[in-house]
Amino acid sequence: MKRVDHAKLSKEFIVQEKHVQFHDKRLWDLRTARDVAAFGIPEWEELRSLASAIKEHTLSNLADYLQEFERNAIRNGVVVHWARDADEHNRIVHEILSSRGAKSLVKSKSMLTEECEMRPYLEARGIAVLETDLGEQIQQFDDQLPSHIVLPAVHKLATDVAEVFSRTIGTDPENSDPYYLAEAQRQATRPHFLNADAGMTGCNFAVAKTGGITVCTNEGNADLCANVPPLHIASIGIEKLVPKLEHLAVYIRLLSRSALGSPITQYTSHFRAPRKGGEMHFILVDNGRSERLAMDDFWRSLKCIRCGACMNTCPVYRRSSGLSYGGVYAGPIGAIINPTFDLKKYSSLPFASTLCGSCGNVCPVKINIHEQLYKWRQVIAQNHELSFVKKESMKVAGTVLGNPQSYRAAIAVVNKATSSLPRAFIYNPFNAWGKQREVPDPPKSSFRQWYLKNRKVK
Amino acid sequence: MKVALFIPCFIDAFFPDVGKATLELLERLGCEVIFPLDQTCCGQPMGNSGCESDAAAAENLFVENFSGYEYIVAPGGSCVHHVRDKFTAIPQTADVKAVRANTYELVEFLHDVLQVKDFPWAEFPHKVGLHNSCGTLRGLRTASMSEINEPYFSKPMTLLKQVKDIEFVTPSRPDECCGFGGTFCVGEEPISARMGYDKVRDHRQAGADYIVSADSSCLMHQKGCSDRMQLGLKFIHIAQILNGARS
Repeated sequence: MKRVDHAKLSKEFIVQEKHVQFHDKRLWDLRTARDVAAFGIPEWEELRSLASAIKEHTLSNLADYLQEFERNAIRNGVVVHWARDADEHNRIVHEILSSRGAKSLVKSKSMLTEECEMRPYLEARGIAVLETDLGEQIQQFDDQLPSHIVLPAVHKLATDVAEVFSRTIGTDPENSDPYYLAEAQRQATRPHFLNADAGMTGCNFAVAKTGGITVCTNEGNADLCANVPPLHIASIGIEKLVPKLEHLAVYIRLLSRSALGSPITQYTSHFRAPRKGGEMHFILVDNGRSERLAMDDFWRSLKCIRCGACMNTCPVYRRSSGLSYGGVYAGPIGAIINPTFDLKKYSSLPFASTLCGSCGNVCPVKINIHEQLYKWRQVIAQNHELSFVKKESMKVAGTVLGNPQSYRAAIAVVNKATSSLPRAFIYNPFNAWGKQREVPDPPKSSFRQWYLKNRKVK
Repeated sequence: MKVALFIPCFIDAFFPDVGKATLELLERLGCEVIFPLDQTCCGQPMGNSGCESDAAAAENLFVENFSGYEYIVAPGGSCVHHVRDKFTAIPQTADVKAVRANTYELVEFLHDVLQVKDFPWAEFPHKVGLHNSCGTLRGLRTASMSEINEPYFSKPMTLLKQVKDIEFVTPSRPDECCGFGGTFCVGEEPISARMGYDKVRDHRQAGADYIVSADSSCLMHQKGCSDRMQLGLKFIHIAQILNGARS
């Protein structure tokens, strides 16, 4: 698997000045809206603690809650499937569809189906799959991964969308008015809802006690996917469980406030049983989650409710865009989740952070994201996934800084170099610091030298 | 009061004036200041790079230098954050634990321990933007954080407000990281520089002449950006202002 080079990919985005400016501002505005919405609730911090505690409890007793959920779902008339990994998930979906002669599937947004790479799997087997979420559909048409959990195409400008829609649904390439584009997408998508053989949704929360699931969207497209075709399949990551219906209230209050700064998503839909004459299938998917649950330092990432607040606040993500993370999950949460899927491939991601800690502070379920980033760095170095140069330079730094004499010799060399070398020598192509920044002026002496000269040593 | 002075490696090498100001300020405030001569670094660069085990020698040396002091004070927030919260490359003996617990960042030492109420010698007739480093803000919690629903407080601001003629300006994103991030500043150079440019522009637009911080690493990065952009901003460590620097 090819290693993702975050620094290199981020450079591709950052040279597009208009895009960077729009992206940074759009997401910062969401972060600001989140602050206003969150601080309007006096018990906000208490809610976060509660949400974290409920998830930690559920994850610590996950097997029991999953079985309870399965029992209750079956009692409601739902067919429940278990998928160990992405392949098994995709096979199950295909089997359900093909055994019923279904040729077309409309679906709402689901990070899990992205994770399973389900769309290409089904398309290769002759099933037409259409993403019906606006942003997700733009990304499908442009053959790109979503760049943000909640706003899949936020790295694109309206003019980019006009280009994509002009070659896919026939809009005027010169017209990038958002209302025009959204309406065109709506009209183009509507017949698919009416004619699809099957519909698919993801799941935001699965309630063990009721055997029902809850799906939160802002476009209502999940409701059309679930309710128009006779067959509804929901893909559910096993970490989505909450014990009781009353616990939903905690998460519903947190989710959209954290994501967009709105009190609630436009649609919060609860699905419990198939319609008369219809079918409902739940696929409970593991795909590495059990393994992650066993990792002492990293299991808490399973608490994630996919609000995207960590992305909105992340100063690196806002300037590098989600595509620079090279995986299904981007931003701070992606940097701690993706390495559990493939350590080598995603070994640069935990370094795509200044460890500023803003992500953990906005996280509605209090995932210690920046601490996990720090831990991942240790794991990556131990597993020899650091570059040779970095690894060796840290070994040298460790030796020099661990010995007072060699330390003093080293700073003498550095200061002499910066004070005596010509500018062209210092600002060479190998000096990453100096590409866009000036090097500090060298002082006459180090603090220690000054101290020895000017203060009597006690 | 006896205080051991920890001058982080890059301050020793590049910013001796920050060390001098810290030393003089603590002495003005009646402390007996000792500077252990064989100190180097806290181990943070290795730990942040994932090579925690390579930090062992530096951490051992740190403990050798600073064992036995009740107060160890440094003008560097991220270094103190490392000592207090991530100093785990070596076995956690009683000595190690004591050194970790006794290490203070200068602002919190002045504010919480010495409880300094005024700095009669300090006067700084300039427009100043305060930069709280992430290490001091979210690591050491020396101020309230914009992400958290908590009452406002700011230890550095409380101290700076005692300075005569100082004027404050507030950038539009006061809590946003400036993009230094240790080895991040070279490993992720394009983003790091962009964050730095955005940060100094934000302060400039707010009308700042000076950016003040308790962390010289952020200042070094921001000054590097501002100088390349020729913004004309000036940078100063909080110890220098509190010690009476006029410019």
